[in-house]
Amino acid sequence: MSTVISVENLSKNYRLGQIGTGTFSRDLEVWWAKMRGKPNPLLRIGDKDHGNRDDEELWALKDVSFRVQQGEVLGIIGRNGAGKSTLLKILSRVTAPTSGRVKVKGRIASLLEVGTGFHPELTGRENIYLNGAILGMSRKEIERKFDEIVDFAEVEKFIDTPVKRYSSGMYVRLAFAVAAHLDPEILVVDEVLAVGDAEFQKKCLGKMGEVAKEGRTVLFVSHNMAAVKQLCSQGILLNFGVIREMGPVDEVINQYLDIFNRTNNVNLLERADRFGSSIFRFTKIQLKNSTGKVVNHIASDEPVEFSIQYTSPETKPLRNVSISIRIEDELGQYVFTLATEFTGNDFPELPSSGVIVCRVPAIQLVAGEYMVFLWCAINGETSDMIENATRFYVDQSDVYNSGKYPVKHKHGIFIVPHSWQQINPFTLDQ
Amino acid sequence: MTEIDNIPDPEDTDWSLIIEAQRSLLDLRLGELWRYRDLVLLFVRRDFVAVYKQTILGPLWYLIQPLLTTVTFTVIFGNIASLPTDGLPQFLFYMSGTVVWSYFASCLTKTSETFVQNANLFGKVYFPRLAVPVSILFSNLITFLIQFAMFLLFLLYFVLRGTSIQPNWLWIALSPILILIMAGLGLGFGIIISSLTTKYRDLRFLVTFGVQLLMYATPVIYPVSSIPLRFQWIVLANPMTPIIEAFRIAFLGAGTVNGTHLLYSFGFMLVVVVAGSIIFNRVEQTFMDTV
Repeated sequence: MSTVISVENLSKNYRLGQIGTGTFSRDLEVWWAKMRGKPNPLLRIGDKDHGNRDDEELWALKDVSFRVQQGEVLGIIGRNGAGKSTLLKILSRVTAPTSGRVKVKGRIASLLEVGTGFHPELTGRENIYLNGAILGMSRKEIERKFDEIVDFAEVEKFIDTPVKRYSSGMYVRLAFAVAAHLDPEILVVDEVLAVGDAEFQKKCLGKMGEVAKEGRTVLFVSHNMAAVKQLCSQGILLNFGVIREMGPVDEVINQYLDIFNRTNNVNLLERADRFGSSIFRFTKIQLKNSTGKVVNHIASDEPVEFSIQYTSPETKPLRNVSISIRIEDELGQYVFTLATEFTGNDFPELPSSGVIVCRVPAIQLVAGEYMVFLWCAINGETSDMIENATRFYVDQSDVYNSGKYPVKHKHGIFIVPHSWQQINPFTLDQ
Repeated sequence: MTEIDNIPDPEDTDWSLIIEAQRSLLDLRLGELWRYRDLVLLFVRRDFVAVYKQTILGPLWYLIQPLLTTVTFTVIFGNIASLPTDGLPQFLFYMSGTVVWSYFASCLTKTSETFVQNANLFGKVYFPRLAVPVSILFSNLITFLIQFAMFLLFLLYFVLRGTSIQPNWLWIALSPILILIMAGLGLGFGIIISSLTTKYRDLRFLVTFGVQLLMYATPVIYPVSSIPLRFQWIVLANPMTPIIEAFRIAFLGAGTVNGTHLLYSFGFMLVVVVAGSIIFNRVEQTFMDTV
């Protein structure tokens, strides 16, 4: 096995002040104010002053080193802003590093480039040549693969029509076909940046698997742990621009989930954006899995426990308490509500502080991020209410034991257990 | 994937690509540009084909633009303002000036938009960034040749009508060099401006306006000979002046230019192109961080 990518002490910093204000006259204004020792005149009140000061730096990557062997499928994971995209940008030479270096053997291509450089007025044929050349293919190479590309995209009939007349599906297919026929030695896939088209994402993943099977190297950036687990053998976990963990993909993913769960455990008492009479106050909400471990990631078919801690300024017990938990999707659409009122479990009496638990046998939601809204009423009067009290993630799991997953924008939000059977019509008639 | 140790790698030699912080100033990677020559040609084709799609007159616009400008100049500067034209027919005088000037002007304006116009493309995929401005030179050259052919047809018409014109064959032989100097000046100034516009968008407005003003500082609507001798050096300091005058002396037989003037323009062009390439090279590596 030979090394095809060697990243050595790679760093990238963005100096926040360096960007300036965008116009020369404004920069002059800021500079003139600085010269007279006045504060930045363009700063909004309350903003931190980082106008053109040299010490305001953001290290998107700091001293990152690793090697990738030929044929390896490497998953790069981390939260938003961890440096994943910066790393890919440096690898695809869109931007230069601040220090350190990357050595590469073979051609790197990335699937995030789909359709870049397409000109709407040009025909499909002209665009194949143009796009291919932009991606680094020579004219001869494109000529050799031309028929294959057209076949793959299924656009033979419209190949001499300007692409602005194409349906969006045809457009994406053609664009993808060109990128897919690049035959790079190293393929870079940034699922985070890829357009939200499900069909297209599936094609990307399919192509990736194919490329990996041919023994070529793949770098894969994603938030979808199920996909990373399925496709990658090795992983790198980036956190604030530093490598936190690298090695077999399972270990790296576990490490990632741990970090995630730890950072999402704030004291609700610090929240001021709440509403109610304050006789009752939520102090903490946690999700626990079947083993009683506090988690932020749960599987769709896994039992989960919402553990709510509360406190009250009253010394005497609270009477007639009603509590509800509303689950909302990442856009704030209501998904469902768990309420003591529904189940006839309103508490006639509660101690002035304590813990309440709500158990759900299975959350039955498709993979995605969800928010929790908490509400409490005492004697029918709202006493505390917090939006977005916590967030949790539902991971993809093989609920149906079929290897098929429903996805939100295509199938809806719920995963409901069900079965199918064929019934003999004659039996029905009787 | 393994941790980096400090033991030198025996196969540390045959890397096909090394991405590093800063390349040296003069490492312009022209070899790489040559490898992407197909891309340059396709950009030229795209610019040429796409511009006049869905227009009624199509490529005729290439001819209408300089024609209308020439007529306007003839009426306003020739007839109303009665500016001298070195004894040449006004129509031919203005047309030669307009056609030649507009090659330089469009090279400059279009290359100056390289980064801002292509930010989206540059943000996603790497190819030698110089491919864009270089392709602009070529697509504008096609326009220029079409327009210049029209000028030659008008010249022929005037000659057949009996106007006496003595072309200067020596200067005509030099015209490829004149075009090269113009292209170089347009490219050089253009990429300097495009590099600066990544930080200061104001410059874009200055360019449109500045190019217009610059035309009046160049003998497009007047001959150098009409300027008092002691002030001529001001106009001659403009590296575009010898080019316009040389084209006139070549094809129309009247103009104020000599070899020294031309050498000056050539040297000026070299300086601008080298300076432009260095700045462009610097900016192209990190400009994605500032747009």
